[in-house]
Amino acid sequence: MSVYLLRRLIQAVGVVFAMSIIVFIGVFAIGDPVEILISPDADQIERERAVRALGLDLPLWQQYLVFLGKALQGDLGNSFVFNEPALQIILQRMPATLELAIAATFGAILIGLPLGLYAGLKPNSAGSKVIMAGSILGFSLPTFWVGLMLIMVFAVQLGWLPSTGRGETVEILGTRWSFLTMDGLSHLLMPALNLALFKISLVIRLTRAGVRETMLMDYVKFARAKGLSPFRVTFVHVFKNILIPVVTVTGLEFGSTIAFSVVTESIFAWPGMGKLIIDSINVLDRPIIVAYLMIIVLMFITINLIVDLTYSFLDPRVRLEGK
Amino acid sequence: MSIALQGGDAAERERVETPFQRFVSEFAESRLAMLGLIVFSIIAVVAILAPFIAPQNPYDLAVLDIMDGRLEPGSVSGDGATTFWLGTDDQGRDMLSGIMYGLRISLTVGAGSALLACIFGASLGLLAAYVGGRTDSAIMRVVDLQLSFPAILVALMILAFLGKSVMNVVIAIVVVEWAYYARTVRGTALVERRREYIEAAQCLALPTRRILFRHLLPNCLPPLIVIGTMQVARAIALEATLSFLGLGVPITEPSLGLLIANGYEYMLSGKYWISFYPGIALLITIVSINLVGDHLRDVLNPRLKK
Repeated sequence: MSVYLLRRLIQAVGVVFAMSIIVFIGVFAIGDPVEILISPDADQIERERAVRALGLDLPLWQQYLVFLGKALQGDLGNSFVFNEPALQIILQRMPATLELAIAATFGAILIGLPLGLYAGLKPNSAGSKVIMAGSILGFSLPTFWVGLMLIMVFAVQLGWLPSTGRGETVEILGTRWSFLTMDGLSHLLMPALNLALFKISLVIRLTRAGVRETMLMDYVKFARAKGLSPFRVTFVHVFKNILIPVVTVTGLEFGSTIAFSVVTESIFAWPGMGKLIIDSINVLDRPIIVAYLMIIVLMFITINLIVDLTYSFLDPRVRLEGK
Repeated sequence: MSIALQGGDAAERERVETPFQRFVSEFAESRLAMLGLIVFSIIAVVAILAPFIAPQNPYDLAVLDIMDGRLEPGSVSGDGATTFWLGTDDQGRDMLSGIMYGLRISLTVGAGSALLACIFGASLGLLAAYVGGRTDSAIMRVVDLQLSFPAILVALMILAFLGKSVMNVVIAIVVVEWAYYARTVRGTALVERRREYIEAAQCLALPTRRILFRHLLPNCLPPLIVIGTMQVARAIALEATLSFLGLGVPITEPSLGLLIANGYEYMLSGKYWISFYPGIALLITIVSINLVGDHLRDVLNPRLKK
């Protein structure tokens, strides 16, 4: 087990290094770093001094080592727009994104599980067909368009929910959260639903497939033959067993939820890191772009690592295969 | 005995279907898939013929009258010459014409980049399966790495590096999608390369390129077609998303995504049609392609053969 753990950790570190090289080459070598890193108002002498100060006269591999050394100390440069450390700005925006992503994930499970359960237990009913057709739509509808339609219906036509922003927030542990006030909740509802849409479809499909498979198992037949109530069979015998894959996949999807929040945040003007990165790309605020990419890469690798390790813990075949 | 069999063969031969005919008749079995195909064909024809059938050329500034801006669907223009069936945008542009021209750009970028990704990904997938060893593990390592990151993130990364332009959107979509093709083709090719006909071709000392593309590739086509159809829909959706975020096509060549983005600010004041109708066009396009792809998967899947 510890050998497997060590190997996976080394792999993860390797991927982080590979990604840091890609990001470095992408941002510092493809574009003109002088133009990117030095204010366009600077004159010739200032420029040369800045080039030397930033080490841009060094060979590329040395520049990379400098970049890496600073990155390891958490220094990814200062934002041109905010003139503050890029990493700090990203970290300030992170709670808003996390709040949205967590709300979307829970929403997907709360909505998707019951619908999937129903569709799996009564596969031929009209309701199930509607649910399954809806899940196909959930897969093919572009997220941003659904977001616009939500705003159009619930904010503009009906006026039930606010269209944009985060609403009133409460400060806990030094960060601001929306979900603790009524106003914040009403702001959170539409973006979270929008972000959850794809995952709701996914959970519906997984649950339905799981239920249909489990219902044919001998232990379910036996439980029914024993005369247990259908309620008990469904919720104790079937439900427990389909929960594992559903929770795993939702956990795996958490990273892509954070990535896709780029779209949702832009539509609902949600002040998270997704909206920040789009704005930064538009004004070419490269340090922010680098910081965002490095953080999200790190996040993905951590999530993948956790999922892999959980699997090897749950399923001995995985870790035996590696030997 | 043998004579009787031959006679039976001759009679059979007249009725025997070619694989393609069987494929067509099996595909036609699903009404939903046929509907998807018909709808998509109509959309494609409209997109191709847009300059001839659109009520106005939405990019000819001489035709546009700013006084016609933000008119409701069904309104008549100030000079009484044209009726705007789907309303107008802030520039007085007929939305119906805008959508027809937008479809052209969306379909070209979507289908074009999906095709490029297919060529690139399928070649690498074939190579990985045929050569094996280190080449295989190197290519598949990259595929795994790529697939562990969501499409939108990879696309954002590329546009952040290369800047905004149509070409870079195409590059982004190709980079996002090639891995799916590579993995699919490799999977099929690994099975096919152990078949006798490949061995025979190798014994004839045919050049590797010929074995790969004339012998191996045609036999890997069915799953490639299925993936290809789905990826065209994904490419169109991705392009629309990127354009909506302002990272895609330039304002002079608005695709559907950009049309939707343009209408966004007016939607809050109740002028829904500027965003709504391009969105519907996008939706119908994507759903019709997915309906076709979904059924293709059933038809071309040998495991589901009766």
